[in-house]
Amino acid sequence: MDDLASAFSHAIKLVATADPAVLEIVVLSLQVTLSAVAIACLIGLPLGALVAVKAFPGRSAAIVAINALMGLPPVVVGLFVYLMLSNAGPLGVLQLLYTPTAMIVAQTILVTPIVAGLARQVIADLHAEYDEQLRSMGVTATGAIPTLLWDGRHALATVALAGFGRAVAEVGAVLIVGGNIDHVTRVMTTAIALETSRGNLSLALGLGIVLLLMSVLVNAAVMGLRATSGRIAHV
Amino acid sequence: MSDAGIQPSLMPIRLKDVAYSVDGKRLIDGLSFEMFDGTRTVIMGPNGAGKSLTLRLLQGLIAPDRGAITWGDPPRREAGRHSVALVLQRPVLLRRSVAANLKHAAAVYGLRGDRKSERVERLLHIGGLEHLRRQPARVLSGGEQQRLSLVRALAGNPRVLLLDEPTANLDPASTLAIEKLVNDAHDGGAKIVFVTHDRDQAARLADDVVFMQGGRAVETGAAGTFFAGPSSEAARAYLDGKLYVEQGG
Repeated sequence: MDDLASAFSHAIKLVATADPAVLEIVVLSLQVTLSAVAIACLIGLPLGALVAVKAFPGRSAAIVAINALMGLPPVVVGLFVYLMLSNAGPLGVLQLLYTPTAMIVAQTILVTPIVAGLARQVIADLHAEYDEQLRSMGVTATGAIPTLLWDGRHALATVALAGFGRAVAEVGAVLIVGGNIDHVTRVMTTAIALETSRGNLSLALGLGIVLLLMSVLVNAAVMGLRATSGRIAHV
Repeated sequence: MSDAGIQPSLMPIRLKDVAYSVDGKRLIDGLSFEMFDGTRTVIMGPNGAGKSLTLRLLQGLIAPDRGAITWGDPPRREAGRHSVALVLQRPVLLRRSVAANLKHAAAVYGLRGDRKSERVERLLHIGGLEHLRRQPARVLSGGEQQRLSLVRALAGNPRVLLLDEPTANLDPASTLAIEKLVNDAHDGGAKIVFVTHDRDQAARLADDVVFMQGGRAVETGAAGTFFAGPSSEAARAYLDGKLYVEQGG
């Protein structure tokens, strides 16, 4: 019990003093995760919106596929990206394995279906409300997408947050394609797993505290954004 | 505010033997009438007569199962992009400010830069909405929302303005404001097609009347003649406020 209290106390100290080791891991984690979420949003939001508003052959199958991919097992994604990026793989020539870029690719694959699937529902609800008005103005289904994405931006911020939550807490895929290399590809989740197995609980706890704080802060930011925009623009 | 060059006339608007069904139920059945330039046409009739569907058919939001809607002479099947605007009974406003709603409409109608800003300012002025420009559109009163909806429809300088009971559930002051905007649009050269349940409002606005019952135009003609003595039993009963059930309907 004393060991645990001591580890916790040390962990707080590491965080409070912005320990360089902790800071390096946190910064890399944020770089990887935010990059992946940004790319996933660039792909997933228009994709979700398109599936929500546009009638095309195979649309139902596309919705089922997106929904199914929302639950992709991270280790399977990690394995797939590993196979693609390994020297024997089709993209091996890029030499991306065990780099942050490989981790971004893996997280993007994990998060894009989540963003697309949740965005589709948000946009479909909004489209049902706006459809007749926009069509009466001569706006096509595809042409309505920018309007729907903008007017749904607050709900879509929550969608991006869900993607962030999934990516930042993910360990399997980034471990496989990143290799958890110190100063290169070590992020919070892989570091927590490693330091726990080593018995270095203070660093693991410190990183866990940062992870939790980050989650709370992002949630608070989104809530603040929604409240502010709600006052400014609409119901 | 005209953006257009010389365009072929959209008048007369002809509906010929138009039919429209939903799930096998015929809601519009053999609808035929004509509308002419320079008049405010009021479409009247009881619930379920097909008035709102007629506006949606005219706007092209739904397609007839049978028959034809033509514009102009010689008749054309298309009115032309942005030539016709529709104001819905319940305004659907974007989750934006009043001014941003109008900016969006102006952009949809192809205006950019200074022309867009000027149009927005003009529309805010027309609608008496200048002081509300930064207000969220969705927290306006019902009358303000409908005024915004109406001036938004004017953003593209439509040549035909379709209005689907725009004053339903509005108080007299708001109704008056909407009627003034409609009359101003008419004076500006737009053809007005106005659906209403309100006989007094119809009498105030109509130059000519289309009375619908059971998905058909039962009676059409000049407003004065219609209100002085409708020729159909259904229209007489409607104007007298009597219950009328179509035989076999």
